Amino acid sequence: MTVPVDTERTITITVNGVPRRATVPVRRLLSDALRHDLGLTGTHVGCEHGVCGACTVVVDGAAVRSCLVLAVQADGAAVETVEGLAREDSGGGQVLHPVQEAFRECHALQCGFCTPGFLMTITAGLEARDPSAELTEEEVDELVGGNLCRCTGYANIRKAVHDAAAAMRDGA
Amino acid sequence: MTTKLFGEPVRRREDARLITGRGRYLDDIGSDALAAAFVRSPHAHARVVDVDVDAALDVEGLVAVYTYEDLPGPLAEPLPVLIPHPQLHAPRTGYPLANGEVNHVGEPVVMVVATDRYVAEDAAERIVVTYEELPVVVGVDAAREAVHAVHADVPDNVAARHHQETGDADAALAASPHTLSFTQYIERSACMPMEGKGVHARWDAGDRSLRVHTSTQASTSVRAAIAAKLQLSLDQVEVVAPDVGGGFGVKIVHPWPEELLVPMAAIALGREVKWAEDRREHFISSAHERQQRQEITVGYDDDGRVTALDVHVWHDNGAYTPYGIIVPIVTATQLVGPYVIPVYRVIVESVYTNTVIVTPYRGAGRPQGCFAMERTMDRIADALGLDRAVVRERNLIRPEQFPYDHRLTFQDGRPVIYDSGDYPGLLDKLRALVGWESAEELRADAEARGKLLGVGMALYVEGTGPGPYEGGHVQVLGSGKVLVSTGLTSQGQGHETVFAQIVASELGVPIEDVEVTTGDTRRFGYAVGTFASRAAVMSGNAVALAARGVREKALRIAADVLEADPGDLEIDEGVVSVRGTPGAAIPLRTVAVLSNPLRYAFDEAAKQATQFARSASDDKPPVAPGDAPGLEHRDYYSPIRSTFASGAHAAVVEIDPATWEIDVVKYAVVHDCGNVVNPMIVEGQVHGGVAQGVGGALYERMAYDADGQLQNASFMDFLMPYASEVPDVVIDHQETPSPLNPLGIKGAGEAGVIPGTAAIASAIEDATGRRIAAMPISPTQLYDLVRDGSSETTAAWRRRTGVDA
Amino acid sequence: MKPAPFRYADPRSLAEALEVLATEEGAKVLAGGQSLLPLLSMRLAAPATLVDINRVPGLDRIEATGDGVRVGALVRHVRLLEDVVAARVQPLLARATANVAHPAIRNRGTTVGSIAHADPSGEMTSVLALTGGSVEVATPAGVATVGWEDLFVGPLETSLHGPAVVTAASFPALPDRSGTAFAEIARRKGDYAVCGAGVVVTLDADRRVERVRAAYVSVGLVPAVHDLTDAVAGQPVEKADWAAAGALARTLVDPDGDLHASADYRRLLVGVLTERTLARAAAEAAERTGA
Repeated sequence: MTVPVDTERTITITVNGVPRRATVPVRRLLSDALRHDLGLTGTHVGCEHGVCGACTVVVDGAAVRSCLVLAVQADGAAVETVEGLAREDSGGGQVLHPVQEAFRECHALQCGFCTPGFLMTITAGLEARDPSAELTEEEVDELVGGNLCRCTGYANIRKAVHDAAAAMRDGA
Repeated sequence: MTTKLFGEPVRRREDARLITGRGRYLDDIGSDALAAAFVRSPHAHARVVDVDVDAALDVEGLVAVYTYEDLPGPLAEPLPVLIPHPQLHAPRTGYPLANGEVNHVGEPVVMVVATDRYVAEDAAERIVVTYEELPVVVGVDAAREAVHAVHADVPDNVAARHHQETGDADAALAASPHTLSFTQYIERSACMPMEGKGVHARWDAGDRSLRVHTSTQASTSVRAAIAAKLQLSLDQVEVVAPDVGGGFGVKIVHPWPEELLVPMAAIALGREVKWAEDRREHFISSAHERQQRQEITVGYDDDGRVTALDVHVWHDNGAYTPYGIIVPIVTATQLVGPYVIPVYRVIVESVYTNTVIVTPYRGAGRPQGCFAMERTMDRIADALGLDRAVVRERNLIRPEQFPYDHRLTFQDGRPVIYDSGDYPGLLDKLRALVGWESAEELRADAEARGKLLGVGMALYVEGTGPGPYEGGHVQVLGSGKVLVSTGLTSQGQGHETVFAQIVASELGVPIEDVEVTTGDTRRFGYAVGTFASRAAVMSGNAVALAARGVREKALRIAADVLEADPGDLEIDEGVVSVRGTPGAAIPLRTVAVLSNPLRYAFDEAAKQATQFARSASDDKPPVAPGDAPGLEHRDYYSPIRSTFASGAHAAVVEIDPATWEIDVVKYAVVHDCGNVVNPMIVEGQVHGGVAQGVGGALYERMAYDADGQLQNASFMDFLMPYASEVPDVVIDHQETPSPLNPLGIKGAGEAGVIPGTAAIASAIEDATGRRIAAMPISPTQLYDLVRDGSSETTAAWRRRTGVDA
Repeated sequence: MKPAPFRYADPRSLAEALEVLATEEGAKVLAGGQSLLPLLSMRLAAPATLVDINRVPGLDRIEATGDGVRVGALVRHVRLLEDVVAARVQPLLARATANVAHPAIRNRGTTVGSIAHADPSGEMTSVLALTGGSVEVATPAGVATVGWEDLFVGPLETSLHGPAVVTAASFPALPDRSGTAFAEIARRKGDYAVCGAGVVVTLDADRRVERVRAAYVSVGLVPAVHDLTDAVAGQPVEKADWAAAGALARTLVDPDGDLHASADYRRLLVGVLTERTLARAAAEAAERTGA
């Protein structure tokens, strides 16, 4: 047999710009690897069957459910999580991403458990579009439509998407 | 005053950590902890004949296996009945691990502890439990028929018969000009927070102390339960509710089996142990709510005024009654809503079924009560050919009738006396907000587009903020920081922000200086919990009273230093000053330092304070009798009875008569929770409640089959609304302060969910002309109803369409 | 809800993939994983070995020619959804794909994977059938083309046995003078459909209805193509009785009931969706036929 067939692998994932190594059983879900092997607990697990979207992270530029990807499949990939959304400014302070800023300003979260998944899905979606174009309601439907929130009733999340898009347009 | 923050839409201080991934939820704690998993019953009703764990013992990474036989002392006894009641004549509770019998799918039988959750599940999968299946009881009707019994010693399946009456209902009905009788059903849903339950325990063998984190709505009571069941002294146990990812009621139940078993294992193994509930476990082993059968007879006069109301409810309480009969009592007493009901009789029979236990879910029996009362109003209007709003209006309690005594006894054992309200005001605002008077134009417009349109409304009164008490502690440090704590927990409602607003306003300090801790028994040992829309009312008033105590002491000390009368002092932006005397001022932080006669000059604050220090009188002790060092105060708020918030909702639905899809095109809310601390947060609560109301009306249903198997135990098939299913909500406010508490506030947490089912049922009935007597309703069910020639039609529809009865 | 233990290989060529599949007992192919991973986490599936083909080169291409569209095994839904050329050759592809779940699922899940999964609630199985498509199956013996009729055996079951990798799916182009439409009704947007319908209408040179075919989602155990021509044959496209076609469709299908819809309700929706989609498809066909 030339092809290795393993039960455990050592993998390297570039998380929020930092290469991280971990040795994991091959069955480890990416969500669990991020949370428990790499200590990045900002990514939350709400259903483990791909429906709620709480665990959404950005893998090589695309928002995906990290409970529906094996950690070994992310070997060599670049993963962005909620911990990487805010940037450090020159003074060592924290500059929130416009989507984070909008969530706070619009009261788009209550318990906050689903929030990282929304933030990552919306950020990936907004960053992939032409910021100068007017955001349509259909686009908002797509950006927020695949994640469950049990607290907010979504109205303020939709508002936050509009606000964030406006901020990104102004900042572009 | 710049620090007056009460009533302002202050942005939440919780958010800074929650939007950056720095929240600390249960499963974020204890990265090195062992993991627990459970073998749960696959049968709804069975005897446990044998548990064979041998095959699990080979699993590498297995640490321990526990069955009922391994439970020591009080752990081997049934779980407590938290809230006993004389009318709960046959309470039954389960055991932490099944003791010979299981009564619902999902009941824990074996606990496995292993190096991680994957391995724990591997081991659990290999454990062989032999069951002898028993007959299964599913649904209120089966329970009522009692062909089989859930508990052999309760052959009629009736756990409780709750009964209240305010007069001779039979006589009043007999004397009524008209009567109507009907039966309706409401189905099971569940809280379904995005974060399941979870417990982490760490035992310090050195000082024999236990620290437990649990995703709970009642940390102080979990602490007491753990101490009692594990035979520890209360001072050996700390319980902390970390960031909690939603609760909606399910996390008020305690102790959950896992809240006892995980600490038990942590002590036995000398290792950190954690259990993070997965979604399937949450579906089959936490709690549900809502299923009832309601038989209603109402008497009324020619104007539609109710003369008597007789309600008989069968309430499905699931397999056990750990939370007593709170939900039945709430249904019974809140059913009457904003109306004058001259004679009312209610009987709620709480029955056992072989399903997951039923405990409060946001609304806690109120949505069912509202469904009963509001649909009764709709039926009266239909029978008399009157406008549904007009019939409601004629029955409303008038503003001048407050305080209004319904002559009923509420869940807290106190009388149902409404404190304040303006129900006609709510109704007027609602009619304007939804465009009630133009419903026929909307209907015609929809018809031109090939749609059936209907409007419906529902009003409610919600008892909020029941006692017995909550406490608050406020302390000003020499740094100027103000520490606030209360024992009550938060599940995302924004308590840190709201309590900080209250304390900043009361004390006159910048909100940035205020730090709030909730639900941590290390900081505050006495609390009741977060339920029944009580946090703002109870802990809000408690921290306000504590802040007032601090203020009083600060003014006393400052008056002494500034040689002024305390009555001439004010506090603003954290500085105490003599009103009208520029320069005569002292920072509150300095007052804090001065409040302690012992102050080593550890820091600048202490050094600065010395300039104000006055030489102590030789003939007085440094700390006067009755006084205490430190600028802090602890106080409790204990109300004589609940406050009563109120509201009115209306829904406009459009139905596609080809596919019977139901679209809520407009949802209007008028809301009155007394004085509002933070309108942004209150609106957020309303939005979230409405989404759960719409979910409960059109999407969510726990579907058990006849064998007691939950057929939709996943987010794929239990249809919690996404954004695409939640309508736009328009909100109007009314503020009728409560005279019962210092801040004049009423609770707001549950309101949004209460009238959803009633209002939407009414709207669907209005659109289709078919009587809607069972909720929730899906398109496939509506299709069945409409094509069934024997379905009851409404008189309004027959008049509108010219179809004869 | 954690997967049971398995062994894992991520071969770098098709030959390697087939080699592992041939030598490892109980091996299963992993592509997008959006259907498989939930089954693993619920322990409803427990393959001994997963053969992850994501690192096999050459499987991520969409090839659209005048004859049709060939979609490689690693083409994610989102790429097919956004492929303008493919949409021109066979418009059903993008129209159906737009109904697949939510963006984060479409970013990872694959078109071919959803066909190989053979879920009668999936959109792409029906589209493969309706377009008369086929899949390419690589086995140690070589590559074979399997027509859709021979592929689907039952719910979640295909005719493929032994070591095999579905490497591509081919969807023939939309014929001349034809139009298509696709519509679904789901309880929540993005859910598996309660009922879905895809249709193709072909006109004759005189703009009369020549041929009408339909395939449904969540109706029946395996994808099926229903010929509805009889109901409207020869009718001028502007006046065709699409309701009659819908009525015919209702008599041809044999849906099951479940939690979300009774069999009768599904049958109702088959009629409604057929009528609605046919009207749209006919308009497109008329446009493509010219005056």
